[in-house]
Amino acid sequence: MSESEPVRAYTVRLELQDEPGELLRALEPIADNGGNLLSIFHERGNITPRGHIPVEVDLEATPERFEEVVDALRENGVNVVRAGAEEYAEELVVLLVGHLVDTDLSDTLSRIEDCGGASIDDVALSAPDGTDELSSARIRMDTHAGAAEQALTTVREVADEKGLDVVEPLAGGGDA
Amino acid sequence: MKLAVLGVGAVGRSVAELAGEYGHTVTALADSSGAAVDPDGLDVAATLERKAETGAVGDDTIDAALDTSYDALVEATPTTLDDAQPGFGHVEAALERDRHVVLANKGPVAERYDEVRALEADSRGRVLFEATVAGAIPTLSTVRSLGPERVSAVRGVLNGTANFVLSRMAAEGLDYEHVLAEAQDLGVAEADPSFDVNGTDAALKCVILANVLYDGGYTLDDAEVAGIRSIPGSALELAAEDGRTVRLIGEVADGDVRVGPRLVPEHGTLAVGGTTNIVQLETEHAGRLNISGAGAGGPETASAVLADVGLLEPLE
Repeated sequence: MSESEPVRAYTVRLELQDEPGELLRALEPIADNGGNLLSIFHERGNITPRGHIPVEVDLEATPERFEEVVDALRENGVNVVRAGAEEYAEELVVLLVGHLVDTDLSDTLSRIEDCGGASIDDVALSAPDGTDELSSARIRMDTHAGAAEQALTTVREVADEKGLDVVEPLAGGGDA
Repeated sequence: MKLAVLGVGAVGRSVAELAGEYGHTVTALADSSGAAVDPDGLDVAATLERKAETGAVGDDTIDAALDTSYDALVEATPTTLDDAQPGFGHVEAALERDRHVVLANKGPVAERYDEVRALEADSRGRVLFEATVAGAIPTLSTVRSLGPERVSAVRGVLNGTANFVLSRMAAEGLDYEHVLAEAQDLGVAEADPSFDVNGTDAALKCVILANVLYDGGYTLDDAEVAGIRSIPGSALELAAEDGRTVRLIGEVADGDVRVGPRLVPEHGTLAVGGTTNIVQLETEHAGRLNISGAGAGGPETASAVLADVGLLEPLE
C-alpha cells in the first residue's frame, strides 16, 4: 500500500484568521494524518488583503497521505491557498530602480508576495542622494518550483504601474 | 571576386583595404559624397587618400557604382530603420542584376528581411550578412553550421558601447554621465550614443538572429527593448554586494526578442568587460556554446564581411 510509496517534500500555503489557537488547529491534521512537519513560516507581519495571516508549512509525506492531509485541513475549515510538491525552491534576485520610497516600497513588496509564488528573503535599499531622489533596491526572494516566471511577471506589472525600472535576472541560465 | 563597396566608414574602408590581401579586386568605392569606379580595379589607397583630402572618394555617383562590374556588392552604409533606405535600394539593385550582396548594414535584414529574401529567391545572387551580428564573432555561420532548428536560444552582450559603460560604472563606482563622457573621449561611444545605450543596436542584431532562427517575420517592432540609461551606480553596487553585476543582454528564445539590463553573476561567462561582445547559443545536441570577441571595429568587422565573400561563387 502507501507505505511502499516514496516520501516526498511538500509545501502547503495556508491563510489563517488572526485568532488565538488558529495555528495549532491548522497543524493538527498534518500530524494526525501521518505528515512529518519540517518547517513553519508564519508571516505575522504580512497580512493578506483579506486580513488573513499567510503561513507556509513544509512537510514530508507519501503522495497518498499528503492528499489526506490537504483534505483534512480543508474539512477543518483551514483556507489552503496552495499545496504541492516542492522539488526545489528557486532563488530569484531582481533590482528595482526609481522613486521607490515615494511609490510605497512596502506596498510594492507585499504585492510581490501576494502573487503567491514568492516569499521575500531580504531587501537592500540604496538611496545615496536621499529618499526623494532616484533609489535602487535589491530584492531576494524564494520562489516555488515553476513559479519564478509568475513572480517575475508580478514584479514587472507592479514596476510598470509605479514607473519603476526592473533589472531582471537572466532567464534560462547564462550563469555557467 | 570583384567587389563594389558602398559606405566608406570604418567597415567599408577596412573591407576595401583588406580586399587585395584576400585576393579580391575593388571595382567601386562609394558613399553619400560620391563614388570612384573602375571596372578593372581601383587603386584603393589612392582613392582613400583622395577621400581624406577632398571629402569625396570620386566624382561618380552611387548609381554608377551600382551599375559597374562586380560579383558582390558590399553594403556598409550606415544602418537606418523603418524602410532601411538607402541600403535596401542598393540590395535590390544588386540582386536584380543577379549580383551577390554582403551586408554590414543591419537595416535591410532587420527591418525588411522577408523582402530581402524574396528578392534573393528571384536572383542568381545570394545575400549574406555575418557582419551585421556581433562584428567579428562568427555568429550566423555558427548557427548555419549547427542548423537554425537545432538552436533553441541565443543570448549575449551585443553592444560594446553599453558594455563598456556598465563595466566601467561597476568597476570604478562612477555614474552613467561620467563614464559616458569618458567613453566618448576614447571614441568608444559616439557623440549621440542613443542607438547604443537605448538598446536599439543590440535589438537590431537580435531581430536579425530571430529572422535567421525562425525564417523571417521579425522587425524592430517585435522586440521588447530597454536601455541602460536609467541604471544608477547604486544599483550596480547592490548587485556587486550580492556577487552579481548588470549587463545589457539581448535574448532570442521561444519566438521572443528581448533586450534589457539583466543581472548576471559577476564572474560569469556573460559578464565580459570593456567593449567585448559575447554570444551564447543553446543547442539541441552541442550543449551551450560561448563565442566572445570584438563586436565592432573596422578590420574586425571587415573580416566577417570578407568571410562571407569567401563563401560566394563568382558569377558570370
